[in-house]
Amino acid sequence: MNDNRRPNPEAYLKAARRETRGRLKIILGAAPGVGKTFEMLSEGAGLLRQGRDVVVGVVETHGRAETEALVEPFEVLPRKQIEHGAHRLTEFDLDAMLARRPDVALIDEFAHSNAPGSRHPKRWQDVEELRDAGIDVFTTLNIQHVESLNDVVAGFTRVRVRETVPDACLEDAEIELVDIPPDELIDRLREGKVYIPGEATRALTHFFSVANLSALRELAMRRAAQTVDRQMLEHVRLSGEPGNWAAGERIVVAVGDQPGGDLLVRAGKRLADAFDAVWTVVTIETPRSTGLSREVQERQSTVLQLAASLGATLVTVPATSVSSGLKAYALENRTTALVIGKSLRPWWFALLHGSVVDQLVRNLDGVAIHVVPVAGSSSARERAPAIESRWTQYAGALGLVAVTTLFNIWLAGLIGPYTISLIYLLPVVAASTLFGLRPSLLASLAAALAFNFFFLTPLYNFTISDPQNVVTFLVLIGIGVATSQLAGRLRREANVGARTAAENAAIAAYGQQLAAVSDESQTSALACREIGILLDCSAVLLQRRDGRNEVAGGYPLLPELGPIDYAAADWCFERGEPAGRRTNTLNASDWQFHPLTTSLGTLAVLGLEAVTRRDPVPADRQTLFATLLGQTALAHERLRSGEEARLNASLRQRDALRATLLASIGHDLKTPLTSVVAAADALASEHGSSPVAATLQIEARKLGRVFDDLVEMSRIDEGALKLRLETIDLTDAVASAVHDLRSELAAHPVDLAVPPSLPMVAADPRMLHRMLVNLLSNAARYAPAGTPIRIEGAHRGERLTLAVLDRGPGIPDAQEQAIFERFVKLEGSDLTGGTGLGLAIVHGFADAMGLAVAARNRTDGTGAVFEIAWPGSAIRRETPLEEEE
Amino acid sequence: MTAPILVVDDEAAIRRLVRAALERSGQQVDEAANAAEALQGAARSGCQLVLLDLGLPDRDGLELIPQLKARGLAVIVLTARDATDEKVAALDLGADDYITKPFDTEELLARIRVALRHRTLGSGECILALGPIAIDPAAREVRRSGLVVALTRKEFAILSELARFPGRVMTHEALLTAVWGAAHRHDTEYLRVAVRSLRRKLEEDPAAPALIVNDPGVGYRLSANTGSSREAS
Repeated sequence: MNDNRRPNPEAYLKAARRETRGRLKIILGAAPGVGKTFEMLSEGAGLLRQGRDVVVGVVETHGRAETEALVEPFEVLPRKQIEHGAHRLTEFDLDAMLARRPDVALIDEFAHSNAPGSRHPKRWQDVEELRDAGIDVFTTLNIQHVESLNDVVAGFTRVRVRETVPDACLEDAEIELVDIPPDELIDRLREGKVYIPGEATRALTHFFSVANLSALRELAMRRAAQTVDRQMLEHVRLSGEPGNWAAGERIVVAVGDQPGGDLLVRAGKRLADAFDAVWTVVTIETPRSTGLSREVQERQSTVLQLAASLGATLVTVPATSVSSGLKAYALENRTTALVIGKSLRPWWFALLHGSVVDQLVRNLDGVAIHVVPVAGSSSARERAPAIESRWTQYAGALGLVAVTTLFNIWLAGLIGPYTISLIYLLPVVAASTLFGLRPSLLASLAAALAFNFFFLTPLYNFTISDPQNVVTFLVLIGIGVATSQLAGRLRREANVGARTAAENAAIAAYGQQLAAVSDESQTSALACREIGILLDCSAVLLQRRDGRNEVAGGYPLLPELGPIDYAAADWCFERGEPAGRRTNTLNASDWQFHPLTTSLGTLAVLGLEAVTRRDPVPADRQTLFATLLGQTALAHERLRSGEEARLNASLRQRDALRATLLASIGHDLKTPLTSVVAAADALASEHGSSPVAATLQIEARKLGRVFDDLVEMSRIDEGALKLRLETIDLTDAVASAVHDLRSELAAHPVDLAVPPSLPMVAADPRMLHRMLVNLLSNAARYAPAGTPIRIEGAHRGERLTLAVLDRGPGIPDAQEQAIFERFVKLEGSDLTGGTGLGLAIVHGFADAMGLAVAARNRTDGTGAVFEIAWPGSAIRRETPLEEEE
Repeated sequence: MTAPILVVDDEAAIRRLVRAALERSGQQVDEAANAAEALQGAARSGCQLVLLDLGLPDRDGLELIPQLKARGLAVIVLTARDATDEKVAALDLGADDYITKPFDTEELLARIRVALRHRTLGSGECILALGPIAIDPAAREVRRSGLVVALTRKEFAILSELARFPGRVMTHEALLTAVWGAAHRHDTEYLRVAVRSLRRKLEEDPAAPALIVNDPGVGYRLSANTGSSREAS
């Protein structure tokens, strides 16, 4: 029990603050002229009589003697003079009052706006400062100046005042209501007892209607009552007495991007005040709301500032949709009342798009939903601009009908009323096409009325006697609506068409620019820049270099990508599918990557990053983007193929040059070589036993073979091999080769194991000869002197092989294939000489003839085996010659 | 051997070396540096044999072959090693033999000897003895070590065709035309099979033929002096 009675600490704090601060008493009235200033001065006079120090800060007497007499007993602080351009204005002198430090200051017109150059723009701020200094303040206020009631008042009086006082100022003020019945007030107005500034006379005359005054009076009374309630409530809390105030009332105001958010906020404030509830202004941030125009964002922030000034807590909730976000927030925070706006959209809009209000009403049990009608629709702005319905258009529509009517009157003698009704379709259709829906509706109405008035019996009045004429009437209106809708849609489509045309122009321009650049870095930079500009986002292009994706271009700058971005780019490159932000893969990346896919595969990856974290490729730009992406990919493909073609061309050119060079060297050297060989022979014959002459002979022949190799190789490279397949007896081939190499093979016993029964084979005799010479020469070079060289032919199954076996060092591991490559020589074979071309020629010729060559180590001891194998198709069946005759 | 040999080559070094080699073996030598000189020389000196380089500065050496042959001269062509077509063309035009550069001086001298012998002996009907083989064209009989070897008609035709000019290469086409007729002049396979068969019957070691020798891509020749000019294996 004790616990329940313990005073609320917050209430104590508030009370303590009030004790040191000056008190505020607001004399509240429903309208000017109710006698607030009079009341204020009367109360002040009472205090003065009690001996309190009361000073008049500012009182507007408006030159009325009655009021001036009331001011008489007070000390009146001189006004401060403020120069404002050519004018001299007088204002309440705050500093003088602070210096004077009275007990009580009387300050008229709480909502007054100070002249420019004053310390505070608003008088209520001056009052706050006085109270902070411990001075009590008596002031006056009309109900229409209370911030949260501003629109309510403007709603029925059609007069909006710009000078408002925050509701917070009223909360801890003592409020005294000056109330006179509306009739009495109007009488006072008539008697001239109410000051009205000259220029506002007309507006205020309207303002002072009985209805308005009654409503204002009610508002003022309610407001005063609320304040009294709250003060009582606080008193209850302070005294710790349990009461039955509605604890836990929580009000949520949902503010969107639509105009009218300020209405919602004020409504929320009123509700919060009425319930004495905590209130929160919630903004739901949806994906859609991130792409709003600057104008809308500014409007939104103005609304939120207002909400803050009215004491609301501001909350922003990210959600996929407004209704889901609101629902979640409302449930989480045990909201008891929700204030939302209902835009004045056509009924069909909600039918098509679903209404947030309806969804919430259905989904939020136990929450009171206050729907406030607000004007305007934000989506209208985003759509294709409709033709504005200006008064000229309405006039035009009417003009069309008038002209048609004159025409019909002229025709009336000739044709019947039904044809005339058909002619009335013309202005309706014309108006709907030219001016849009509303003027066309006006035209239909006017046409129907004119038709009725001028051509239907009874003539010259609007009575419709025949039900058929009602149908005519309705048809005219229906056609107006239908045609204008149709025209509207056509216009929208034309707009879409215009955008498509613009996109096509952009695409064409992009294509031209791409065609103008000729290297990959320029293309990458261009692609990033153009796509970045067209989609209004950052762009990066990555290309694969050495197995890694690297940034090749960026817009507006070359970006720094993180590991997750590179991972997404890699995935995109390897799979050829988009990855990264707003895709299904690695969407933690800030970038969205798209592959540049061509017939050559994925050549590069384009990354996009939208500044506002929206999808960098909005739905309506997908087609444009796809086209741009395709163009970029094609440009890369073109460059890549061009590069390859250039490379191939230069390689071919180089090869041709080398082949020509080799051929000419071979030819030019052959003649001197012939001389050298002949000279060596001459030396040898003259000095028969000279080892020098013998060496010269052998080396000169080796040199000759090197040149032959060079020439042969150049032929292989040139592709100038002319294949002349003949049936060859391997016995012949081997014997010829051995004969040609007889001097080099002199140091080795040659073991011929080519059975004469071996089938003949298809081969080019010269090439085969060359292959055998080279293989034998190779064997002679590597095998130590005195070791045998064996030539072995075998026919097993479908294969026929001819092998050269030596007793040399054999072939190093894993060199079996490489050994046939150009300029490959066995390690440690310096002494053996050779060009390294011999085996390459064997390989090249074998390829040309469709034969297989292989090298391996002997299984029976050291040594190498080089084997030429003929496939079954190249083996000639033994055809015993039929003896003729 | 008094009749001089005409060496036709545009390279002075080669002429000099060939002259030296020939003179060492007791031949007289004339030189010509181009086709015009070659024709003049052939007319003037009454030489028997022309050593003709095909790469002449003024005319293609091949064009000279028919003119030289028309004068009844023996012609040995000097060619590049790999110029098979050139060799065949030269032989078809009537050249007696060819030798590839860079040539073996000994082989050159041997070929020259063979060519000159043909000229002196003509294509006689006398019995030809090649080592253990004796060929009697008139009797259409071949003996090996005195024993008659049975040859088919084609085999004998090939052998006797080769035997007309021992040591001189006969192109495949020439052999095929002579034995099988012009219709079969490209059917090298016939020739291969027949030669293989011949070798089995005549050669000491058919796997290492020494009697009927293959010139790769060109033709066959009958070894002029078996056992000495071929030293394979």
